[in-house]
Amino acid sequence: MIGSIDPVLLVAALMVASTPILLAATGEMIAERAGVLNLGVEGMMIVGAICGFIAAVLTGSAVAGFAAAAVAGAAMAALFALLTLGLQANQVATGLALTLFGLGLSALMGQGYTGVRPPETPKLDLGPLSDLPVVGGMLLSHDWMVYAALLLVALTWLFLTRTRAGLILRAVGENHDAAHALGYKVTRIRVAALMFGGACAGLGGAYLSLVRVPAWTEGMTAGAGWIALAIVVFASWRPWRVLLGAYLFGGVTVLQLNLQAAGVAIPVQYLSMAPYVVTILVLVAISADRSRAALDAPAMLGRNFHAAR
Amino acid sequence: MIRLERRPTPSQLWTVLTPLLAVVATMIAGGILFALLGKNPVEAIRTIFWDPLFGQYASYSRPQLLVKAAPLILIATGLSLGFRAGIWNIGAEGQYIMGAICGAAVGLALYPLESPIVFPLMVLAGALGGWVWAMIPAILKIRFGTSEILVSLMLVYVAGHILSAMSFGALRNPEGMGFPGSRNFQKYPSGHNAELIANTGLHWGTLAAFAAVVAAYVLMQRHILGLHIRVSGESPRAARFAGVNPAVLTAFCLGVSGALAGLAGLFEVSGPSGQISPDFASNYGFTAIIVAFLGRLNPVGVLLAGLLMALTYIGGELAQMMLSLPAAAIQAFQGMLLFFLLAFDLMTHFRLRWGAPEAAR
Amino acid sequence: MKRRHLLATAALGLGLATGGAAFAQGMDKAKACFVYVGPIGDLGWSYQHHQGALAVKEAYGDRVEIAWQESVPEGADAERVLTQMALSGCNIIFTTSFGYMDATNNVAAKFPDVKFEHATGYKREHPNVAIYNARFYEGRAVQGHIAGRMTKSNKIGYIGSFPIPEVIMGINSYYLHAKKANPNVELSVVWAFTWFDPAKEADAAKALIDQGVDVIAAHTDSTAPLAEAAKAGGAVIGFGQASDMLDYAPSPRVSSIIDNWNPYYIKRVGQVLDGTWETVDSWAGIPEGEVEIGAITDAVPADVKAEAEAMRDAIAARAYHPFTGPINKQDGSAWLAEGQVAPDGDLLGMMFYVEGIKGDIPQ
Repeated sequence: MIGSIDPVLLVAALMVASTPILLAATGEMIAERAGVLNLGVEGMMIVGAICGFIAAVLTGSAVAGFAAAAVAGAAMAALFALLTLGLQANQVATGLALTLFGLGLSALMGQGYTGVRPPETPKLDLGPLSDLPVVGGMLLSHDWMVYAALLLVALTWLFLTRTRAGLILRAVGENHDAAHALGYKVTRIRVAALMFGGACAGLGGAYLSLVRVPAWTEGMTAGAGWIALAIVVFASWRPWRVLLGAYLFGGVTVLQLNLQAAGVAIPVQYLSMAPYVVTILVLVAISADRSRAALDAPAMLGRNFHAAR
Repeated sequence: MIRLERRPTPSQLWTVLTPLLAVVATMIAGGILFALLGKNPVEAIRTIFWDPLFGQYASYSRPQLLVKAAPLILIATGLSLGFRAGIWNIGAEGQYIMGAICGAAVGLALYPLESPIVFPLMVLAGALGGWVWAMIPAILKIRFGTSEILVSLMLVYVAGHILSAMSFGALRNPEGMGFPGSRNFQKYPSGHNAELIANTGLHWGTLAAFAAVVAAYVLMQRHILGLHIRVSGESPRAARFAGVNPAVLTAFCLGVSGALAGLAGLFEVSGPSGQISPDFASNYGFTAIIVAFLGRLNPVGVLLAGLLMALTYIGGELAQMMLSLPAAAIQAFQGMLLFFLLAFDLMTHFRLRWGAPEAAR
Repeated sequence: MKRRHLLATAALGLGLATGGAAFAQGMDKAKACFVYVGPIGDLGWSYQHHQGALAVKEAYGDRVEIAWQESVPEGADAERVLTQMALSGCNIIFTTSFGYMDATNNVAAKFPDVKFEHATGYKREHPNVAIYNARFYEGRAVQGHIAGRMTKSNKIGYIGSFPIPEVIMGINSYYLHAKKANPNVELSVVWAFTWFDPAKEADAAKALIDQGVDVIAAHTDSTAPLAEAAKAGGAVIGFGQASDMLDYAPSPRVSSIIDNWNPYYIKRVGQVLDGTWETVDSWAGIPEGEVEIGAITDAVPADVKAEAEAMRDAIAARAYHPFTGPINKQDGSAWLAEGQVAPDGDLLGMMFYVEGIKGDIPQ
């Protein structure tokens, strides 16, 4: 029975399922590397989902939808930045408030958009390349956002490891007082990092409402934002590992449904639980490796910066 | 040029003023939101805040405030201890669910025995269920340093799936025509968390909530652990010098908040809610986090904040029915309340100063 | 807004005045209230119930006032909402989800003069409680026939919501008729464990399509399975669920099952107005118009369309019952003898698959 699951289709489905959390996790990783813990990813994703959806439906263009989603996510992040960086509020509480507010706001905005069919996001058709036996189906026939997400991971890796700006960002995350003493504008850098994180989360949300489903429903992110947060830790704040984590999570979710469809008799609820349990196990495994975990987490993560002059 | 200057100690005045200002600001912002939705803002705010207390059917809605507030206060009291110490239990919802499942399981196992021992056993099981579920992130944090935020949160989803599995499987009512859900505790006198005095909304959970507030107050003010909690929250380094054992504190805070959340779940499932069903979880665990912050992480504050939050829920329902206000508006409203609180909280720790700072001489 | 309060108080006063003899006497005006488990904009279950509410208002004009609350969680909150509705003068309250069963009965006990109508439940603990449901399995029979005739891969799929008798009935009916039309057909069932969650439904549909399924039916209420089927560009077809979902016609939506509560609601509110309301256990289907088959599109060949419509008409005339023997249970044991029609009791407690369906019902 398991033999009837086609690995090519499975990998293809996995890539699609993982894209929203990949986008959100990549953005959050940058924000956390700068030393800010933004728990509001879920709120930013869902606001991005509804703003993207509304924009796409009103303009008839999926691209406009994604653009609007990025702006909306960044705006939510800016609100977070105002509260935590400007008004020195507690980061954990503010993140939670952002999530709750985002869920409510998106549901309000979405009134009247349930059941509406959004414009289609075109799939990549590379002609003969897409028809290649294994690789074609698995890797070369997705919609462009899947590739954009992969490109994003590559770019963030480049940014963090090869550019000066990335180095400064990491410095701010490791020791904001020293960075400030060196003359770097800590607050400005963090705001930029947060807004980037928000834009990515918004894109991830829009992917859900414009491509993966595609439709709008209240609360449709269903915890994806929290998973993205877990993936950032799982990945030890490194871009390529974020990719791995996202694909692992998406993979377990997709596999569970495929097993059911193939008739494998594993109780559904236990299968559905699997992604979360796996995440916990992985979290433990990384933290258990104490020495490395301590080195990898940005030292200033969660601590507010206040220039004492 | 306006500058922020850290206060040497948090301002007493602002500690009290902040929640009041936050509520007023939320009323104004909420009013604007409702106006944008085409509803009369004054009427909406009145329906939410005034009517449940003094309106036409207040004699029914007032006791309902207690019913709604009890689990919030119970959970938030436990959470506030941990939050004060910098231990972030975000998974109270999961502990609430597990407490309900364990307590209900004991009750259902004993069914149809009618005996005064049934309910106490259920209560014990509920507290234990929540405690165990919270000890998972606690042990992982103590032993491996894993983030309790993420582990406790993942466990919420796991608990949700276990709830579903139990509703369809082990705890399903055999006389329920194949539908998911356990027996209804309202029909099982020994296991029913009934109102102690009719129509007052006072059930065992309400009493437990009050008791928890008192106990937490005494703990924070008089007990050495209370001191440890406060010191850990304000300065982890000073805490180490004061001899605080972080492992003990973590285990205590997570354990207590888990047990209280589990108790809340048990009281809810055997009382107002009535049965284990797939939709049992109603986000009390997450709302309690707002309540804890709204109450300034202080037991008395939590009590008042819990009542306020319950007011927004009950008032929100009334507004939905009377004014056709969308349910989502209330959720956004509650989020705004927390935002304003966090914003105004600034004034407790910082003071505004005009002009450039003096140069050091 | 003040006018509403006045009306409410007046209705309450009227209700109290006619209180004792309310069962026998009619009333000039009534207030009909509705409690929905989801948003009325879901274009699915709750949307269709609300269409019923609007039909009531249209049918009776000024004689009836309607009020509603959406997205009411089951449990203690439902009880409070129902109590507040009763206090505010509702004469008849429709509670549109199974999970409201205990709340409905509890509140009915406290307000003996208010009528309660509970959908898809089974408890009537008081004379002022009625229960109602629709025979969706009749619609599934027609869908199953179309599926069996149209599948090219001989694999058809079903997205189940929860393993309860109502859903199992639908699966069995669907399968039996697909098999009758096409003996080589195989059914794959995926359980989404939700009534409405577009992301999960899309994933479930995708998993089925990846397994080679080319006809998808769903017991979940969103348009997501159809949206997913649309991505296959005509290779996969599906059916609208709860509402017509015409946005996806002519393909992949080739037909649909529409929940039509209008006739029942209008009838019951009318009975409150003339004082003839009594408790019932109503389970109506295609004959009464409660289950409608959505227009079959041209993507379906003319002969298949004619057969499907003929089946629908036979069910409507009560000449054909979808569960007519001989039918065996999945384990091979006999259930219905030749020509025997399934008694309602068997259907209401159905927790077994019929012979030929592979896989187990989740426990």
